[in-house]
Amino acid sequence: MKATPLSNCERRFLLRAIEERKRLDGRQCYDYRNVRISFGADYGCCIVELGKTRVLAQVSCELVPPKPNRPTEGILFFNLELSPMAAPGFEPGRQSELLVKLNRLIERCLRNSKCVDTESLCIIAGEKVWQIRLDLHLLNHDGNIIDAASIAGIVALCHFRRPDVSVQGEEVTVYTPEERDPVPLSIHHMPVCVSFAFFQQGTYLLVDPSECEERVMDGLLVIAMNKHREICTIQSSGGIMLVKDQVLRCSKITAVKVAEITELIQKALENDQKVRKEGGKFGFAESIPNQKITAFKIERAAIDTNNVEEQAEEIIAKADPPSEVFAKPILHTPGTAQIGEGIENSWGDLEESEREEAAEEEGEIEAAAFECQKMETEDTSTMSETKKDEPIVLSDSEEEEVIILEPQEVPKKTRTQTNSKQENTSKKAFNKRRKKKRAAY
Amino acid sequence: MATGRGAAAEACVGQVVLPGDVLLLPAHPDEDGERLRLGAGVAPRGRLLCGPGLRRCVAGLLVTKCGLLRHRPAGDGAAAGGAYWVDSQQKRYVPVKGDHVIGIVTAKAGDLFKLDVGGSEQASLSYLAFEGATKRNRPNVQVGDLIYGQFLVANKDMEPEMVCIDSSGRSSGMGIIGQDGFLFKVSLGLIRKLLAPKCEIIQELSQLYPFELVLGMNGRIWVKAKTVQQTLIIVNILEACEYMTAEQRKQALAKLSGN
Repeated sequence: MKATPLSNCERRFLLRAIEERKRLDGRQCYDYRNVRISFGADYGCCIVELGKTRVLAQVSCELVPPKPNRPTEGILFFNLELSPMAAPGFEPGRQSELLVKLNRLIERCLRNSKCVDTESLCIIAGEKVWQIRLDLHLLNHDGNIIDAASIAGIVALCHFRRPDVSVQGEEVTVYTPEERDPVPLSIHHMPVCVSFAFFQQGTYLLVDPSECEERVMDGLLVIAMNKHREICTIQSSGGIMLVKDQVLRCSKITAVKVAEITELIQKALENDQKVRKEGGKFGFAESIPNQKITAFKIERAAIDTNNVEEQAEEIIAKADPPSEVFAKPILHTPGTAQIGEGIENSWGDLEESEREEAAEEEGEIEAAAFECQKMETEDTSTMSETKKDEPIVLSDSEEEEVIILEPQEVPKKTRTQTNSKQENTSKKAFNKRRKKKRAAY
Repeated sequence: MATGRGAAAEACVGQVVLPGDVLLLPAHPDEDGERLRLGAGVAPRGRLLCGPGLRRCVAGLLVTKCGLLRHRPAGDGAAAGGAYWVDSQQKRYVPVKGDHVIGIVTAKAGDLFKLDVGGSEQASLSYLAFEGATKRNRPNVQVGDLIYGQFLVANKDMEPEMVCIDSSGRSSGMGIIGQDGFLFKVSLGLIRKLLAPKCEIIQELSQLYPFELVLGMNGRIWVKAKTVQQTLIIVNILEACEYMTAEQRKQALAKLSGN
């Protein structure tokens, strides 16, 4: 089938929207779409969804004789296929330029980066090694195939388990999964590709282009990086001229994105491991229909917030007004001032901290809605309560003496206390730190 | 073929029917062509219209698409005896004569334009099929432009042909669609819902901002609003209308008009 042509009207609109920094689905220029990873029942089978782009990855292994020029290394084989169900323009058996380009990128990203340890795949040097085969199938094309494919590839390789092998002299015993648990592959690092689309001769840049954006782009830059900020592959296509600082900027963005994606992958792998160990149900039949995917980012759902304003106003009216605090800066030395006083150190005495926490919890149980302002007013009212009881100690550090430094060096203490611009400055800052310790939210 | 007897057509209206179901029509003894009725008898009944998804068979109507069965009682006009059809949902368009669609110009071949309408074949459009077009006065159509027209010829044996004028030679809204705006694709069922008279969705959207809208029966919609942001909002709402209930839609629009 022929692909639907792009009309002039669409092209013009997309370029105008990009000039105004607007994308069709409401993302920002550097935002990724939602990444969802789900695993199948077999080891080494996974589906990755990047927005609507879906890639299925399957890893399998086989015992073969090694290549003659590399007798001690296993063999890796990568194959990406563009299924005709992905887009109307894809036909089976047609070797298109896009297919060749994608396959080459996947090979460079996964093979040349040496993320899989091939030496560990050798059983008998020169005679028997493992051949690991990774098959990627594109199920739906909504832009940015290479990112989805690279994530699917590395997740499948990390998820895969090969049969355990023992060698006694010349005898090789391959254990079935029932005899001995299969063994994971030895993966050094996880390279992930990030794509950048350029428009108007490099003036505008978009991360993770969708299909219509890919159709109007001038050029594409793909950077494959792992979480240790090592660039595994970098490729620029489309023939646009890129300036050095543009490429540097892209690599910085890549580092941030790769860190997030790697975290997501780790979480997904852990979740799946946990489910399998606990004997729960796993596989596509579980994850896909019920939307219970092991590493799931919940879409934003529209909530009816019409009543929240009234509720919030009610609660604020009922709550006690915060106690007045006069911000009087205490000048220690020229250049060093202190506004407000810290509250007592809660690490010192356990009894007092428990009492404070109990008072805070009471305040929270009363409240219904979860608005920050309300929380802080509640907290300050309890804080002011405790303030009356115990004597306030200036320092919240564990050191006994507070040394005020000369004006050249600004001590850390004053910086944290002059941070917030609201009324109860130091209390709020300390509140925020205390809140982080509580995992209640 | 069909196993067993079918159900009466009137009984199945509003229910799901599957391909292969046979719907029986009430038998009319006076349709017997042999006997003539003398005198001022019953006025000859109008023809029953067999709509999309149905086909005539020996016993009555044979269902060819799955969906809900609909019925319009007898009235004036083409379906004087009433009409039955199946409301089915699909995304792939098949050209039908008389449908108004949005096509994208893919090639100019002398006197003919080739348009992509989303079907299996490209439709052809003559340059004279525009209002006020003569051999000297040609319409200004480029490759990649959008055209709103209707099908003159559309069957499975021939290449579909489109025109941008109606039978009296007037354009009545058809022709080249303007340069700005955005084109996107939705399912055919949503288009039929939007084209229904007094469509709630369109009325609610028009309360938001003024915009221009062209709906093609091949699933393509062209929208133009004053700014890019407004156009994007309308595009996203129309695409989401497919899966939103009326309640959710009202909430989303209320949130937007509140901003």
